[in-house]
Amino acid sequence: MTENGLGHRERVLNVDTMNPNVKRIEYAVRGPIVQRAVQIEKELKEGVKKPFTEVIKANIGDAHAMGQKPITFFRQVIALCVYPDLLEDEKFPEDAKNRARRILQACGGGSLGAYSASSGIEVIRQDVAKYIEKRDGGIPSNPDNIYLSTGASDAIATMLKLLTSGEGKTRTGVMISIPQYPLYSAALAELAAVQISYYLDEDKCWSLDVNELRRAVKAAREHCNPRALCIINPGNPTGQVQSRQCIENVIRFAAEEHLFLMADEVYQDNVYMEGCQFHSFKKVLFEMGSEYSSVVELASFHSTSKCYMGECGFRGGYMEVINMDPEVKLQLTKLVSVRLCPSIPGQALLDLVVNHPQPDEPSYATFIKERTANLHILSEKAKMTEQVLNTVPGIHCNPVQGAMYTFPRLTLPEKAINAAKEKEQAPDMFYCMKLLEETGICLVPGSGFGQRDGTYHFRMTILPATEKLKIVLEKIREFHKRFTEEFS
Amino acid sequence: MDVIDVSWGDPHRGGLKPLTFVRQVLAACFYPELVQSDKLPVDVKQRARSLLSACDGGSVGSYTLSDGISYIQCSVSNFISRRDGGVPSSPENIFMTSGSQRSLMLVLKLLVHNQASLPTGVLTAVPSYTAFKSALQTLGATVVPYYLDEEQGWAMEVEELRRALQASKGICNTVALYVINPGNPTGHVQSRKCIEEVIRFAAEERLFLMADEVYQESVFGEGSEFVSYKKVLSEMGPPLSHTVELASFHSASKGFMGECGLRGGYVELVNLDPAVMRYAYTIFSTDICAPVTGQLALELMANPPRPGDPSYPVYAQETQSIQAMLVHNMNWVPEVLNNIPGISCQPMMGGAFVFPRLYLPQAAIEKAKVVGMQPDLWYCKQLLEEAGVCVRPGCEYGQTEGNHHIRLCVMTPVETMEEVLKRLKNFHLHFLKEFS
Repeated sequence: MTENGLGHRERVLNVDTMNPNVKRIEYAVRGPIVQRAVQIEKELKEGVKKPFTEVIKANIGDAHAMGQKPITFFRQVIALCVYPDLLEDEKFPEDAKNRARRILQACGGGSLGAYSASSGIEVIRQDVAKYIEKRDGGIPSNPDNIYLSTGASDAIATMLKLLTSGEGKTRTGVMISIPQYPLYSAALAELAAVQISYYLDEDKCWSLDVNELRRAVKAAREHCNPRALCIINPGNPTGQVQSRQCIENVIRFAAEEHLFLMADEVYQDNVYMEGCQFHSFKKVLFEMGSEYSSVVELASFHSTSKCYMGECGFRGGYMEVINMDPEVKLQLTKLVSVRLCPSIPGQALLDLVVNHPQPDEPSYATFIKERTANLHILSEKAKMTEQVLNTVPGIHCNPVQGAMYTFPRLTLPEKAINAAKEKEQAPDMFYCMKLLEETGICLVPGSGFGQRDGTYHFRMTILPATEKLKIVLEKIREFHKRFTEEFS
Repeated sequence: MDVIDVSWGDPHRGGLKPLTFVRQVLAACFYPELVQSDKLPVDVKQRARSLLSACDGGSVGSYTLSDGISYIQCSVSNFISRRDGGVPSSPENIFMTSGSQRSLMLVLKLLVHNQASLPTGVLTAVPSYTAFKSALQTLGATVVPYYLDEEQGWAMEVEELRRALQASKGICNTVALYVINPGNPTGHVQSRKCIEEVIRFAAEERLFLMADEVYQESVFGEGSEFVSYKKVLSEMGPPLSHTVELASFHSASKGFMGECGLRGGYVELVNLDPAVMRYAYTIFSTDICAPVTGQLALELMANPPRPGDPSYPVYAQETQSIQAMLVHNMNWVPEVLNNIPGISCQPMMGGAFVFPRLYLPQAAIEKAKVVGMQPDLWYCKQLLEEAGVCVRPGCEYGQTEGNHHIRLCVMTPVETMEEVLKRLKNFHLHFLKEFS
């Protein structure tokens, strides 16, 4: 009734009555270290003295936050869409106006403010399908298989929900890589699905070995029902770009083991290393012939948040489903309708990404210049990051083949590991927290992504502006030296 | 024949124009070069500058914190406080999402306990907006229906809540009470007295209150006044004001802005257990953040132009014109419907819809059965095919067995509404004749 006689009334919603699955969710990218970073920022604003003047948020793949400029054409069209009076303004190029008119025509009442169908505006889904066809050398894409979403995360969570069923030994198991982007582990925790971890090979540049997939699924069959295999390519946090051979092996494995493939390809334009190339799972699947292309069930995900445009805040994305059971597809359509529709500006932005200026259009020159520059700078920063970190004794960094991150391995002194244990912190969290407090640099500890026992990592983005990145890398070098000395 | 679609709660789709100030600010935020333009009013440019400086890297393309842009959380909490006559609101209790449906889903995710021996139940009105019920089903929770009283203008009665709760014992573990005020589809606006009774009931029965108040701006019925659950709760004083757990939902989709497509919503969490608030942050963070466009729209809703601002005259004229349309429709539409034989309609006090009752001839009900459809769904199909008017059937929202209704959106220009009612009347009279 009342606790300790003070009239305290226990809440209806408390930690015992709340959904227990939510308690198991961890999302390190926005977890405790980021919350501490936000607090430090507040303290700096209030004038608290620190050994640094700003917090550098190298924890999240947000290019604009780090100073990358938006693509001019995209923003012109979106502005025209949101305030169509600007269609009379001569300062806007004709091709931007045409795109805007076309998008507005497809919107209810000619306004970005109207709801769309739950799977997205039809003409935009058609444009996405055309983009996929062009990207994949002509392999057909059906707009009815395209679902627009609020970022790729929304579509990924939806698919995982659809896949999760059963109880006990028949509970759905989902294979995810270690390390992985923690949206996957968080979603699986919330759904109470079984996480089946497969380890990427750090010594082989984070490559995927099918034998490891086989080991993982075999062990999993003892206690759950493996139904899906998730793969992020290019990888997050690891940055590896899978070879075509590897993708074929994964597809063959999925077919043999009767697994639904989920291919997270949001970094598909972010490929930097010579000799690496992005191959879409869909393309490879269809080039393997009908033995596979007619049976393997696949969902491919993309978004407007990464690549060269970095429009995270718009929450634009899509998924393409291949070989999905028609009755399940009906259920999928029903499921997405619960959230009404994805943001219309996000859908419009996605339309521009898949339908960008062509060589014969007035905005092409500027567009291609901006796109090339963005990708080139990222490539330079990827190289620089790898180079500098590898000069630090105790830090080893695999080549950043693609995506936006580096995931270097840390050698931590025994004393530090013990100190961390005393604080009940993962050793790399202990390291990253200290780094944050001493330098203002916010990274995410490897324990937030998964790693082999006894290994420690951090994930850092390669996104800070080049000059700032140089400083960040120097500070990390200095910190690591200090840290190693302090705990030797 | 062209189709007139009044089935969505979507003002722009229905023909309403966006507010100029809102769209000018958004344009300048999307394409900051416009901030230098001499074609935009000074206050628009100032607002865009403030909003852009609240975004990381000065870009609306950056992620935001998972509970929303701090500057905007502050604007929203000030708005809530002003609306509630000074009742304090804390920005830390405001979470921004991609629309009220998403907010509702995220709060439900905290509440729905699927591992308990009984499924979680949530008291939900009949009739009630569909998407919420779908959300409950998606989470494996149970809808515990409580019937609104049609004869009393769709009023909510505590005795009925009590009956519904009692009936749910042994079937599910009812933990929450979901209220829509102003009502969707009913157009009812709760009196302060009723809200107090509901709050007392929730306190007695230990229920988490979920108050969906997205239509709060559209209250123009005579004698009606919107008062928020938060305000009433606060004015009821301790202990209730400090203990009853309440989630209040609002969005930029309705009201004068009608910006459904921008996906901007927020939830204010009141009196929640601090430990649970930490988990709330976690669950909201798995979306990373709400679309920035929606967050911006909410700021503009919370902080519209004021008298003296350069944009105020246009803003006032636009909102007054929308208000005039709504006031007109609110009074006139139920009257017209009540004058059609075989249709009756409760007074509309607020919100965006009317939910008239259809007295369908037995022969029509039989015909629908043969086709395998609910009678009002079949009626809607015929109405669409023969008269080109698209409305939603009552069976989607829930109704007493044997009663039939349709839902129409009246946040629609007067000329369109006139045409809709003309076609509906012709169709209905013909329908009655055919099935008499």
